Amino acid sequence: MEKFITLTDTAVPLEIENVDTDQIIPARFLKATDKSGFGENLFRDWRFDNNDEPNPEFALNKPEYKGSILVAGDNFGCGSSREHAAWALKAYGFTVVVSSYFADIFKGNALNNGLLPVQVSPEFLDQLFVEITKDPSVEINVDLEAQKISIPKGDISESFEIDPYKKTCMINGFDDIDFLVSKLDAIKEYEQKRSQKLEGTTAL
Amino acid sequence: MKKTLFDKIWDSHVVESVPDGPDILYIDKHLIHEVTSPQAFNELKERDISVFRPDQIVATADHNTPTENQHLPVKDLLSRKQLKELTQNCEENNITLYNLGHPYNGIVHVMAPELGITQPGMTMVCGDSHTSTHGAFGTIAFGIGTSQVSQVFASQCVLVQKPKKLRVNVNGKLKKGVLPKDVILYIISKLGTNSGTGYFCEYAGNVFEEMSMEGRMTVCNMSIEMGARGGLIAPDETTFEYVKGKEFAPKGEEFESAKAYWETLKTDEDADFDQEYSFDAEDIEPMITYGTNPGMGIKITGAIPMEGGKSDAKALAYMGFKPGESLLEKPINWIFIGSCTNSRIEDFRQAAAYIKGKQKAKNVNALIVPGSRQVAAQIEAEGLREVFENAGFTLRQPGCSACLAMNDDKIPAGEYCVSTSNRNFEGRQGQGSRTILASPLTAAATAVSGKLTDFTKHLN
Repeated sequence: MEKFITLTDTAVPLEIENVDTDQIIPARFLKATDKSGFGENLFRDWRFDNNDEPNPEFALNKPEYKGSILVAGDNFGCGSSREHAAWALKAYGFTVVVSSYFADIFKGNALNNGLLPVQVSPEFLDQLFVEITKDPSVEINVDLEAQKISIPKGDISESFEIDPYKKTCMINGFDDIDFLVSKLDAIKEYEQKRSQKLEGTTAL
Repeated sequence: MKKTLFDKIWDSHVVESVPDGPDILYIDKHLIHEVTSPQAFNELKERDISVFRPDQIVATADHNTPTENQHLPVKDLLSRKQLKELTQNCEENNITLYNLGHPYNGIVHVMAPELGITQPGMTMVCGDSHTSTHGAFGTIAFGIGTSQVSQVFASQCVLVQKPKKLRVNVNGKLKKGVLPKDVILYIISKLGTNSGTGYFCEYAGNVFEEMSMEGRMTVCNMSIEMGARGGLIAPDETTFEYVKGKEFAPKGEEFESAKAYWETLKTDEDADFDQEYSFDAEDIEPMITYGTNPGMGIKITGAIPMEGGKSDAKALAYMGFKPGESLLEKPINWIFIGSCTNSRIEDFRQAAAYIKGKQKAKNVNALIVPGSRQVAAQIEAEGLREVFENAGFTLRQPGCSACLAMNDDKIPAGEYCVSTSNRNFEGRQGQGSRTILASPLTAAATAVSGKLTDFTKHLN
């Protein structure tokens, strides 16, 4: 996994609440057996109309908005567990998603793919939307080490929470498989103890 | 310390807790399907890691599979390739696969419970958010992403923070015509789609105690629609009776000793929950959704709220509805009875009981898709096929079907579908399709009248 330490970039504002993973990547694009190619179908049915023409009203199609930070409305990533949603966002070029709330499974999937979910207060989110729409070239800084998101120019900032274990993983580019494989002895020991308990008593 | 049902199962499955981090949670059963597993198998191959406990994994083909002519090669080439990879991966790794055509094939959350793979007290995961279904058995079951699928392949464990605890109580007597689907749609309409985020939910109260296992599965299935990772219901005699005799359930003395343990799986009195809500059964009526998330629900006789959240205008524009509008008498051209929420035998019995002797309206396309081959066989054995076919309904072969429209079963753009599935997201049942979530009874009544109807008036 790629390391993530800090990032300063412009952002794309997606002022829609409850963005579900069916919108991020519709089910008909889930037939691939590898992780490539999902970027072009990111938000497919919002980005393009029925004739595959770009919808000029959609934030990702507006020429003024660019950058690797997506700022989205409350409860981002709800619905289906498809990790394809995280792959699609990453492949399109996003490295950070900011929202006032993330659905659990999406948040985990994002962290497992080097896509940093930054949860901010609803007030700070509103402020971000205002600043970005006012000046699309405004830069946002995300500092994972310091757990801080800020608009340096406007002197606006907020701290964010992240699981310390996941923070270490992101900063060092570690992933969970390596960690779990390193724990196989403890897992085998657990299995043995558990099967003894199951045979010996009814209380686990 | 007083423990909840959730604590008891979770704590007994923790291998180790990472300091200031997640738990290493041991997984008893891992279910997989064709759509979210191929990249996980690839990940293992790339790292030259073998599957750690293949005996604890069960695979089925369900998401992209056609519901017609399942004996023929799958026409869609991408789907066929995905299915072929599942077959190869299962063969190479000694994983049991109930492939298309196998008598045990079906939607992953229908086939595992009916085979006795799902048992109380277990931890279960699957690369599918509706894994919460299995919580109906007093099981900690939750959906995971593909990275986690590969983690479970490699270690039979997942790394996960212990969620907070939520309890939803529903007590009282349900009105006639109110089904488990209405109960969960009502709860989600009251709590919203993210009230459960960060939580695992226990459902308690006489309403759930009196429900069949099928009904409990419908309820737990939709826990994810309020954001909860999973939902669970304490196992009781109804659970034990259901599990007993199932293909992979313990038998004889083993069953008795397992049952003695299962009986301990209940929340201690005075155990603490981080959040708790209570509802009266009498307040619940047959429910429908009017928007583009499952929390946007009203009673079928109700009106769309005048004031909604920030994104409601977008949702109503998509659905072609207006604030304050009543949806009664709204013409509906499609109904779908199926999906991991409502495709078990009880759902079809309820629908058939209403339909028997009636005809579907001319404007309606009515699709019936059983959850598994076993359910399909039961439909046949109980004579329900004749009921459906005589009424003009189309009975298909099992699969996820029009719930997520990965196969050919799609609702055309702009059309309304009264669906027993779990999600009314934009385009969920096909690009531009408009989904109204409801119970099997509401779907059946809609099919007969060709419009949304207050069918409770006609119930004895």
